Amino acid sequence: MATVELRFSALPEHVRTARLVAAAVARRSGVDEAVLDEVRLAVGEACSRAVGLHQLSGVTAPVKVSLIEEEKQFSIEVGDEAPHAVPGARGSGGAEPDAETEEDEMGLAVISGLVDDVEVSTGEHGGLIRMTWPTTPVTTPLA
Amino acid sequence: MDLSLSTRTVGDRTVVEVGGEIDVYTAPKLREQLVELVNDGNFHLVVDMEGVDFLDSTGLGVLVGGLKRVRAHEGSLRLVCNQERILKIFRITGLTKVFPIHTSVDEAVAATD
Repeated sequence: MATVELRFSALPEHVRTARLVAAAVARRSGVDEAVLDEVRLAVGEACSRAVGLHQLSGVTAPVKVSLIEEEKQFSIEVGDEAPHAVPGARGSGGAEPDAETEEDEMGLAVISGLVDDVEVSTGEHGGLIRMTWPTTPVTTPLA
Repeated sequence: MDLSLSTRTVGDRTVVEVGGEIDVYTAPKLREQLVELVNDGNFHLVVDMEGVDFLDSTGLGVLVGGLKRVRAHEGSLRLVCNQERILKIFRITGLTKVFPIHTSVDEAVAATD
């Protein structure tokens, strides 16, 4: 089970909340302080993309974010429930990508530029972006 | 934290000072501001990003959109940014080649290349 799980209505104003929660859990899990900015940005990109996909296809289900603490690594999964078009099956003509597609691709470009370990899977019933960062055990003195 | 926007004129340039977070929620406000400036005939823009805490691809998209608009009028859009965390996003997306990025508003306002 995920360490922390978050579901939010597919609205842009909630993406910031997801960023803050993800960064807080990542910090606790021992993700390097210098990488937290990247975690924040990457999870924001993934959530923005999911919100866009839900709104575009009229999906009312929430966007789901799982923050998973494991031994020596921390993962974030952002899941959407939007039906994804099969690559190459876009409508006729298709030379000019529409604005949504461009933004979607820019978001993915940022994620893949930031995160070394990222998996993007898409299916008929939704997509999932899984991003993983290494952690070092937190040794916080209690004093 | 929300987005803050303020504009001022310096010579023939319009400086847009942006503060806070530019993300999927706030980026439309920045887009509106840039569109309005261009519609009002301000074609040489300097976007001061020194007060920006967070920028994502939606924000990048708005800046690229602004650049397209001013270029249609032979204008310019220059950025002022010294923050490594923000500059990194421009670098990984290759946009450092698209935007002139300056270290101060004075430098951006004086630039003519």
